[in-house]
Amino acid sequence: MRFLLIEDNVPLAGAVVDRLSLDGHVVDHAGDLETARDYVATTSYDMILLDIMLPDGDGSSFLTHLRLTENRTPTIVLTARSEVSDRISLLDLGADDYMVKPIDFAELEARCRAVLRRRGSSASSVLSLGAIRFDAASGVLHAGSEDIQLRTRELRLFEVLINAPGMIFSKPALVDRLFSYDEDVSENAIEVYVARLRKHLAGSDVTITTVRGLGYKLEQT
Amino acid sequence: MTAPVVQGSIRRRLLLLQLCASVLLAVLVYFLVQSVARQVAQQSQDNILTASALSVIDSARIVDGSVMVDLPYAALSMLDSITDERVFYAVRLGDELVTGYADLPRPPRGAARGSAQLSAEFLGEAVRIAAVTRPFATDLGRNVLEVSVAQTLSGQRQTLAWTSRLSLAVGAGFFALTVVLALLIARATIQPLDRLTASVSRRGPTDLRPVNAPVPQEMARLVTSLNGFMARLEASLNRSEDFIAEAAHRVRTPLAVVRTKAEIIQRHIHKPENRKAMTEMIEAIDESSRTAGQLLDHAMVSFRLDSLPRDRVDLQALMIDAVERIRPVAEIAGMRLAVGRSEPATILGDAILLQSAVRNLLDNAIKYSPAETRIEISLRQASDGIRLTVADGGPGFPPRGDTAQSSASNVQSGDNHAPPGASDVLTERFTRGSNAAGVVGSGLGLTIVQDVVTAHGGRLILDNTPGGGACACLFFPSS
Amino acid sequence: MRLLVLSLVLSLAAQALAALEIEDRRLFGPPEAARQLRILSTTDIAIFAPRIESYLSLTPDLAIDYVVASSTEVMKVASAARAPFDLVISSAMDLQTKLANDGFVRRHSSEVTRDLPAWASWNDMVFAFSQEPAAIVVSDAAFADTGIPRSRQDLIDVLRRNPERFRGKVGTYDVRASGLGYLFATQESRVSETYWRLTEVMGGLGARLYCCSSEMIDAVAEGELLVAYNVLGSYALQRQDAGISIILPSDFTTIMLRTAVIPETATEPALAGDFLDHILAQAFGDDPSLSVDRWLSNSEMALSRINLGPGLLVYLDQLKRAAFDTEWTNAILQD
Repeated sequence: MRFLLIEDNVPLAGAVVDRLSLDGHVVDHAGDLETARDYVATTSYDMILLDIMLPDGDGSSFLTHLRLTENRTPTIVLTARSEVSDRISLLDLGADDYMVKPIDFAELEARCRAVLRRRGSSASSVLSLGAIRFDAASGVLHAGSEDIQLRTRELRLFEVLINAPGMIFSKPALVDRLFSYDEDVSENAIEVYVARLRKHLAGSDVTITTVRGLGYKLEQT
Repeated sequence: MTAPVVQGSIRRRLLLLQLCASVLLAVLVYFLVQSVARQVAQQSQDNILTASALSVIDSARIVDGSVMVDLPYAALSMLDSITDERVFYAVRLGDELVTGYADLPRPPRGAARGSAQLSAEFLGEAVRIAAVTRPFATDLGRNVLEVSVAQTLSGQRQTLAWTSRLSLAVGAGFFALTVVLALLIARATIQPLDRLTASVSRRGPTDLRPVNAPVPQEMARLVTSLNGFMARLEASLNRSEDFIAEAAHRVRTPLAVVRTKAEIIQRHIHKPENRKAMTEMIEAIDESSRTAGQLLDHAMVSFRLDSLPRDRVDLQALMIDAVERIRPVAEIAGMRLAVGRSEPATILGDAILLQSAVRNLLDNAIKYSPAETRIEISLRQASDGIRLTVADGGPGFPPRGDTAQSSASNVQSGDNHAPPGASDVLTERFTRGSNAAGVVGSGLGLTIVQDVVTAHGGRLILDNTPGGGACACLFFPSS
Repeated sequence: MRLLVLSLVLSLAAQALAALEIEDRRLFGPPEAARQLRILSTTDIAIFAPRIESYLSLTPDLAIDYVVASSTEVMKVASAARAPFDLVISSAMDLQTKLANDGFVRRHSSEVTRDLPAWASWNDMVFAFSQEPAAIVVSDAAFADTGIPRSRQDLIDVLRRNPERFRGKVGTYDVRASGLGYLFATQESRVSETYWRLTEVMGGLGARLYCCSSEMIDAVAEGELLVAYNVLGSYALQRQDAGISIILPSDFTTIMLRTAVIPETATEPALAGDFLDHILAQAFGDDPSLSVDRWLSNSEMALSRINLGPGLLVYLDQLKRAAFDTEWTNAILQD
């Protein structure tokens, strides 16, 4: 995904850019609103991450301006303020969601997915590989003649895999993507979910292959 | 908020004073009218009697050297024209009776223009006597001819009865009029005060603009003080709000940098023991940021509770919104959020605080439930009140006695099988259930929930479901 | 002590009665009745009897002692303040009024008296139950050629034109002796100058003077008189003698009120009040024979009702009376 990060705190911005790049996302960083407007005018983003306290103005005014110019790019507000203080107004101004700093990137990913699902953008909603089709919005997997409703963790694991077919994901990386840090999980948990997904995919032309010592990948046979 | 100590009422006092004055004036008017009417009645009776006496004295002649009086018929019949009156007369020359009633009392002489009046008792009845005199020359020399005419008082009594009724009516009418006027005056006098009160109480709790509407001179100082007070309050409130926001920013931004960097580093570590250390570090960061967040939230909640607005809040919409917002977090935790019964319900209160309460409940449910379990949220509007319930598949609330102490609280336990007292202790600040070890949480969440619910006149009911999970319920009794 | 007072009172009453010149007397009802109502009246027994009898028929165990005397006698007794009577009935309304005015009369008020017309009562003391006209009684024969006169002027004309026929044949009240005659004379003199002209004409014809109406009517009936002026119409109308006419003058007919008062000295004032209510109710009721209007059947008459009230006291004034008597005497006695 292509992100625009609007954040004036340089250390934080650098860290966020680095962190998102690790997951294969492309991130542009704007340190102030003026730069941000330039970016938005020239580039199309999948998601804007917007800090509200900026040197040359309030994030909410940027949001208002954005929506006035018919730019409907999904926006998640990053705020350091207390949750109860001003989130309502931000949502009223057209933000799709908000997160309180510090950012839990697993949560950010989940929220991005939720926002995109809500937007119902068909492009990112239905993915296909070989004979299978996957509707990320509803979590339904069409494999062969069957429609399978995936459960939360299966769904998330499958989402990660199908978004990058052929790419090898290590067990620790998958744990990081699927579980938050306060959960005490072992890497064996990944094996359980992989086993379930394999059962769903049995009989189709797509399998999850184990790459010994490295991890898992999704591929067409 | 403490209710003011009310003693007396300006309107009542004003009314009372004016009514006292009205009563006084009405009584005065009553007596005044009556006395004037009495005087007029007396005067007119005197006039008629005098006229009668004059007509008698005019008929006096000297015939053959002695006084003859040819009593005019009208002289007596005129005295009986409206009401039946007994009539008496006496004609005297000097002290000698010429004709008439010898015993008729004589009014003292010397009044102006030769007429004199007297009220007396004669032949068993009260009478009014008028006398006129005229010098008269007879063969025996000059003497004074005096004619007295008397009349009983039934006509005057009738007149007085009538004037008495009239003056009573005038007094009563005067009183009624002044009562109406007093009401109007009291209202008009109080009106600026009422207007000021209305304009101040119409404002929302956060509207601290100065009062600009013109007020009467007497209230100017009050309004000046009020405006000054509100300005100070607003400044103070702004400072508090700014402080909280600033504190949050100052704390969270560095934490965010550290956490992000930690995650990045985590990605590059492959040794399991190092990964574990890094995971613990991230956990610690999360805990401290969460604690900071809840502390600030609690400050903000306390701050907002001081001036709780009373807006109509759609609880159903609020609940669904909160569920949708937390759904991604639940997904990460591998939990399913299910909205069970959801009935339309509204209460009066602060939407942001209520939202915060619901979110904290949901947060807790997610935090303390094992993965792959189901959290059910329901909203029911019953006759006794509204229940917003969050039930999870976690370990439930700890049995009584696990935690150190309990204190009085509005929270109450539900069914008998629930550990009584558990909820008391759970909502104490910084207390966490003994079986919640290993889960990030500051324990402030339920405190916030309870504060909010209590401020809205409701109760937080903590209970365990029959299946063993915890069940938290926001109960707002219908009042 | 009480016995002494009682006997004193009784003896005084006996004296008063003894001093009274009684013309007639009758006891109605059982003599041994528990209660007795004593009435002093100027009205003949025959005329008043129906009223008494109708009351007695309603009230058992009551006797009514009815005493008839002249109006002057009545006045004398009543104003002596020791009359042992419960009700005084008189045709001399001026004297009755004076009794009331001078405090010898009790007030009486009831349902019946409140409904009376204003002219029929004075001060809740004097109550009128009969209106009686002053009439001229003439012999039909004497006016056969001239026609019966309808007014005083007619009568004056006839008398002037035929002095020899009427000389010594004209009669009227002696106002010096009769209270009623004096009342009629003074009231008529107040209303019209014609009275004095007629009086002078009668005086010129050597008018004969009488004390009472009945005697005058008798005289006309017997041919002794041809004209009797100011006769009590009720008496004349009741007799219906042949050969005489009763004229209610068309210029004006003086109406006298027969009245009743309850004396201050009444021993049975409540009973007297009840009897009074009874006769008033009859007078203002439906029975024409007892009606207050009985003698006024001819509605074409110009009625001149003598009003109750203090005006009546004027002619009772001693100076006034003396002056009137003098004037009247000068007019009627021209010898």
